[in-house]
Amino acid sequence: MAMEKQNQEPRIGFYVCHCGTNIAGMVDCAEVAHHVGTLPNVVMSKDYKYMCSDPGQELIQKDIAAHGLNRVVVASCSPLLHEHTFRGAVEKGGLNPFFFHMVNIREHDSWVHTDRQEATEKAKALAQAAIGRVAHHKALETKRVDINPTTLVVGAGIAGIHTAMTIANAGKQVVLVEREPTIGGHMAKFDKTFPTLDCAACILTPKMSAAGAHENIRLLSYSEVTKVDGFVGNYKVTIKRKPRYIDEEACIGCQDCIPACVFKTPKFADEFNEGLGKRRPVYIPFPQATPQIVAIDPNVCLNFKKGENGDRVVSDKCKKTCVEACGDKDAIDFTQTERFEEIEVGAIVVATGFQTYDATRSPSYGYGRYDNVYTALEIERLVNASGPTGGHVVMRDGKSEPKSVGIIHCVGSRDKKTNAWCSRVCCMYSMKLAHLLKEHTNAEIYNFYIDVRTPGKGYEEFYGKLLEEGVHFIRGRVGEVTDWAMTPEEEGKLVIRVEDTLAGMVRRIPVDMVVLATGLEPQKDAQDVRRLFNMSCGSEGFFLERHPKLAPVNTFSDGIYIAGACQGPKDIPDTVAQAGAAAAEVLALIDKGYVEQEPNTAFILEDECSGCKSCIPLCPYTAILFDEKTDKAWINEALCKGCGTCVGSCPSGSIVQNLFEDQEIFSEIEGVLAYD
Amino acid sequence: MEIKRTIKYQADRVRGFGREVMSVPGCEKLKDCIQCGTCSGVCPLSIYMDFTPRQVMALTREDFKNEVLASHTIWLCASCYACTVECPREIRITDIMYELKQRAIHEGVYPKRFPIPVLAQEFTTMVRQHGRVSEGLLVTKLYLKTNPIAALGMAKLGMGLMKTGRFSLKQENIKQRADLARIVATVDNESVKA
Amino acid sequence: MRYGYFPGCSLKGTGRAYEESLLPVMQHLGVEMVELDDWSCCGATAYMAVDEGKACALAARNLALAEQGGFAQVMAPCSACYLVLNKTQHFMQDYPAMRRLVDKALGSVGLKVSNDTPVRHPLDILLNDVGLDAVKQKVTRPLKGLKVAPYYGCQIVRPYSTFDDQADPVSMDQLLQALGAEVIDWPLKTKCCGGSLTGTLPEAGLRLSYILLKEAKKRGADLIATVCPLCQFNLDGYHDKIEAKWEPVRVPTVYFSQLMGLAFGMPANRLGLQRGFIPMPSLPRAEAVAA
Ligand SMILES: Cc1cc2nc3c(=O)[nH]c(=O)nc-3n(C[C@H](O)[C@H](O)[C@H](O)COP(=O)(O)OP(=O)(O)OC[C@H]3O[C@@H](n4cnc5c(N)ncnc54)[C@H](O)[C@@H]3O)c2cc1C
Ligand code: SF4
Ligand code: SF4
Repeated sequence: MAMEKQNQEPRIGFYVCHCGTNIAGMVDCAEVAHHVGTLPNVVMSKDYKYMCSDPGQELIQKDIAAHGLNRVVVASCSPLLHEHTFRGAVEKGGLNPFFFHMVNIREHDSWVHTDRQEATEKAKALAQAAIGRVAHHKALETKRVDINPTTLVVGAGIAGIHTAMTIANAGKQVVLVEREPTIGGHMAKFDKTFPTLDCAACILTPKMSAAGAHENIRLLSYSEVTKVDGFVGNYKVTIKRKPRYIDEEACIGCQDCIPACVFKTPKFADEFNEGLGKRRPVYIPFPQATPQIVAIDPNVCLNFKKGENGDRVVSDKCKKTCVEACGDKDAIDFTQTERFEEIEVGAIVVATGFQTYDATRSPSYGYGRYDNVYTALEIERLVNASGPTGGHVVMRDGKSEPKSVGIIHCVGSRDKKTNAWCSRVCCMYSMKLAHLLKEHTNAEIYNFYIDVRTPGKGYEEFYGKLLEEGVHFIRGRVGEVTDWAMTPEEEGKLVIRVEDTLAGMVRRIPVDMVVLATGLEPQKDAQDVRRLFNMSCGSEGFFLERHPKLAPVNTFSDGIYIAGACQGPKDIPDTVAQAGAAAAEVLALIDKGYVEQEPNTAFILEDECSGCKSCIPLCPYTAILFDEKTDKAWINEALCKGCGTCVGSCPSGSIVQNLFEDQEIFSEIEGVLAYD
Repeated sequence: MEIKRTIKYQADRVRGFGREVMSVPGCEKLKDCIQCGTCSGVCPLSIYMDFTPRQVMALTREDFKNEVLASHTIWLCASCYACTVECPREIRITDIMYELKQRAIHEGVYPKRFPIPVLAQEFTTMVRQHGRVSEGLLVTKLYLKTNPIAALGMAKLGMGLMKTGRFSLKQENIKQRADLARIVATVDNESVKA
Repeated sequence: MRYGYFPGCSLKGTGRAYEESLLPVMQHLGVEMVELDDWSCCGATAYMAVDEGKACALAARNLALAEQGGFAQVMAPCSACYLVLNKTQHFMQDYPAMRRLVDKALGSVGLKVSNDTPVRHPLDILLNDVGLDAVKQKVTRPLKGLKVAPYYGCQIVRPYSTFDDQADPVSMDQLLQALGAEVIDWPLKTKCCGGSLTGTLPEAGLRLSYILLKEAKKRGADLIATVCPLCQFNLDGYHDKIEAKWEPVRVPTVYFSQLMGLAFGMPANRLGLQRGFIPMPSLPRAEAVAA
C-alpha cells in the first residue's frame, strides 16, 4: 500500500500545535494553519491545542482515512520529544511512518522570540519548508539490530556500585570501571550519614565487597575509559589499565609489603585522608578498600626516581624489602606499564560523581592561610574512627581540641563569582558535622547559613534535633575569617565577621576552628568524559539528562545513561534512587534484545560509482568497503551512522542518504527562501 | 522609654522608587539580592550604620525611599568597594550607595550640619569652578560650614601640615576653566532632556 | 617608556612627598613621566556622590587630554584617580548612554576620547614594564633588616583588579623584597583606612586607621608602605587623636616610592621624607653595594 501512495500525487495534511500556551503564546497558530492551507499539495491544514495527546493523534489518523492523506507534517516541539509519537500515529493511520516530517516551532521559535509577529512569520517559513520536503519523502523500513547484553558502568561511587549490583543481580554481565585504586567514591570517606546518622562504612563496605566478588561483575579498578565507538546495543570501548605495579591476580591482599617498605614511617600525604594522614609509597587506601590489592605510587617510590636525562634510576637506598616480604606470591612488578583493553558492551552508565569546590578560591575564608580552617571533607576524616587521628578531633597542631567551631555554609555555592548553584547537600552535611563535632568535643558550634535547606524525609526533623542540642544558627553569609583581634577574647583565635541578619547587626565571633562547607561541582575532567560518551552538559558542567522530569537518567545518546552526582549535586538517597532507575533503563533495553535503527543511512548508486575510493577514508565509522570484483564502493548499512560525510564528498554524486536526498533538502531550502 | 510604632504600611512606601534606582546604570542587579548579608559582613563601616548595607538593599528594593535617603548608612559608605567584590550576586552595592547619595543631595534630605554631604558638595563646586581641588581651602570651608568648633581640634594638624609644607589656602586653577563650565552645562542640558 | 602623568590634586598638596619621590625614582629607572597639560581634578569619590554624569565627563576630559597629547598610556599614582579614570572607562564601555553623554560633553569643547588609553598604576609599570631585575640593579643601599608592612588600600584592587590579585595583592611585596626589605605578612593589606571619614566623621573613620596601625605594630613592622596619598595622610596624621582614644601606635607610614629612593641611595630630603609626622626610622647602616 505504501508504494502505491508514494507514487500518487502528494496529499499533505498539516497540523500546528498550540502546546497549551507554549507555542500559541508567541505564534498565531491559526494564521500559520491558514497560510499552509494555501500551499500546493496541502489537502488540509489545522491547528490544535495538544497534538501529542490521544485526540491529537487520532485526528491525524482520522484525516488520513477521510481525506486520503499520504503525507503528514506536524509543527510543534522538538523531534527529540515527539517525532516518535507522530511517526507512530501516521503508521497507525496506515502510512509508512517516514511519510512524516516534524517542524520545531517551540524550541526554535516560540521559546526564543519575543515578537509575536516575527515568531509567526518564522513558523510559516519553517512549515513551508517542511511541506516542500515531505512531498519527496519515500517509504523506508527501520532495521533491527541485536543488543550486546553486557553493560559498562563508569565510576564506582555509591551510584556506580548500586547500578552495577542491580544489573548483575538480574543475571546480566557488568564491567565496572573505577579510576582510583579502590571503589567507594566519596561515601567511603564519611563517618556517619545524615539524617539517620548510620555509619557509612557499615552500609557501604558490604556493598563494596559484594560488588568486588560478584560473579557477574568484572571490576577494573585503577582504570579509565579512553575511547568509545559504536552505537546503542553495540559499543566498542577501550579501557586504559593504569599500572599499579602489582600483579592483580597474584596479590592476595595480605599487605605484608607495606610495613616492609624502606620508609619506616609513612611519609607521603595520604589522598584518602585528604592529606591529613601519611602513607608509604606502597599502600592500600583504607582497610576495607575494594579490591584488596595494594598499589605503588611511582611519584614517591624510590624505584621510579628519574635521573637528569629523564631515565629511570633506581635509588640504591631501596633494598626492595617489599618484594622480599611478598615472597613466593611474587606480586610486585616494577616493570608494569599502561595496558589498553577493548571490550564490547550494549549499554553504558556514567556515574563519575563530583568533586568538592577548591576552598582556596574563596580567599576571604583563609583556607590554606590559617592552619585551623578546614574543609568539610577533612572533618569527615577527622571525626572518622578509621581516620588519621582515630576519630579524635584535634587541630593541626596535633594535640588541642577545639572549644568553639564555626561552620560556614555555601562556600563555592550560590555565588555567581564561583558556582552559582545550590549544592543541595551542604546544609545537611554541615548539621551532621556540627552534631558529630559536638559529640566528640562538646565545643560551642556555630552554623553560618544563608538559608537552611532541608527538603528531604526526616531532614527538617534533623534540623530540629540540632537546635535541641544547642548548636547556634546564625543567618548570614560570612564576610571574612581573619586572625586579628579587637578584644582580649579574640586573641589567638580565628575571628568570623558576619552580619547576623535576623538580629540585624554585625558580629565578630572568635572560634578555634573553622569548617568550610564546600560545594559540589563537576569533576575536573567532566568535559572530556562528556565528549567521550557523546553527552551534553548544562551550563554549570554537570551531565545533562534527556528530560528533567520524564527522562532523568537518559542522555541524548541512546544507550548511554547517567546516575548520581555527575548529573547534579545530590545526596545518597537520591543518588541510589537514580542508580536504580539507570539500572532499570538498562535492563529494559537489554531485555528487549534489539534496537530499531533510524533508516537515515547512506547508499551508493552502483551504476554511477566511478570507483575512485575517495569516500572510503572519510567515513568515521569505517562503514564503506570496496568491492574488488565490481570495482565499486559499497556501504555496510549496519555500520553507517548517517553522518552524511561521504555524501558531500563523492565527486560523481553517486552517494545518496535516506531522509536527506538532494531533492528533499533542496525543496526544504526553497521552502524557506520562498517565504518572505 | 519612648514607645514607637515600628509597623510599616504599604502607604509608607514611595512606589516605584526601587524600580527607578534599579534602572540606573550600575544598579540593575539589585533585583538579584538574596539578603545574605555578605555586604554588611565585609563592610568596615557597617558597625556604625543605622541600617546595614543589606538592609539598605532590602529597603530600596521595597520602595522605602524616605527611610533609605534619611539613613546615615549612605553617608558612612567610604567607597572601599569591599561589598561590591564580595557580593555573591554581583550587585554593585557601592554604586548603589552613590546613587542613593545623589538622590539624597538632590532632594536635600540629609542632616543639615552633617559634614559628609557638605564635603561632597563643596568639593564638586570647587572642581567645577576651578578645575582642581585645593585641599587646605576645601577642609577649611568644610569646617566653617559644619562645625567651626571642631576646627579648633584640627588646628594642631593644620599647623603640622603647614610646617611640613602640605597646607595652603591658595586656590589652584586650571587654564581652560571655560571648557569645564561648558562640559558641565552640556551634561546638565542632556540630563534634563533625558 | 613614556607615560602621560596624571598627578591629581593630592600629589600637589598633602601628598606632595609621593610626587617628590616618584619623579626622581622613575627618572632613575629611565621612565619618562610627562605631566598632562592643564589636567583637572578626577572627581574622586565625592563627585560620584553628587552627579555621575558630570563625574564621568570631567574625568574623561583628562583621558581626552592624554590622547590629544599623543600619549599611549597614562600613569595615575593616586589610588582615587587611578580608580576614577578606570571606572570612567568601564562606564563608557558598559553603558552606551554614558558614552554618548561623555562624547557630547567633550565634543562641546572640541575634545574627543576614544577610550583605549590604558590608565596604569606605577606599581604595574614597575613590575611589568620596567621589571624587578632592572629595579634590583639600581639598588645601592638595600633595605636590609627593615620590616615593612605593605599596605595597598582599597581602590587599586577594588572593584577592578587589573594587575594584581584582588584578595591578596603581591606587587608591592615583590617590589619591597627587591629593595632588600623584609615584608610582613598581615591580613589587612587591602582593608579600608577610613578614607575621607577620618576627617568628616572621625569617630567612625579613625578606628579603621587605628586597627591598621595597631596590627602592623603588633606584627613587628618598622613601617608601613603605602601607594595612596589619602592612606598615607590617615595613617600618619592622626596619631594624637588615636593615642587619646586608644593607645599609642606610632608606626611611620611612607610611600613605596620613598623607600625605592632610599634604596637607590637618594638622600631622604630629596624624597619628601621630611614631610611626614612620624619620622622614618634610620636605616640600618648603609652598606654600599658595588654598583
Ligand atoms: C563533605 C560531604 C559530606 C556528605 N555527607 C553526606 C551524608 O551524610 N549523607 C548523604 O546522603 N550524602 C552526603 N554527601 C553527598 C554524597 O557524597 C553524594 O551523594 C554521593 O557521594 C554521590 O555518589 P556518586 O557515586 O554519584 O559520586 P562519587 O561519590 O563522587 O563517586 C564517583 C566515583 O567515580 C569515580 N570516577 C570519577 N571519574 C571517573 C572516570 N572518568 N573514570 C572512572 N571513574 C571515575 C570516582 O573516582 C568515584 O569513585 C556528602 C557530600 C560531601 C561533600
Ligand atoms: S551581599 Fe549582595 S546579595 Fe548579599 S545582601 Fe548584600 S547586596 Fe544582597
Ligand atoms: S563600599 Fe561602602 S557599603 Fe560597601 S563595604 Fe565599603 S564602606 Fe561599606
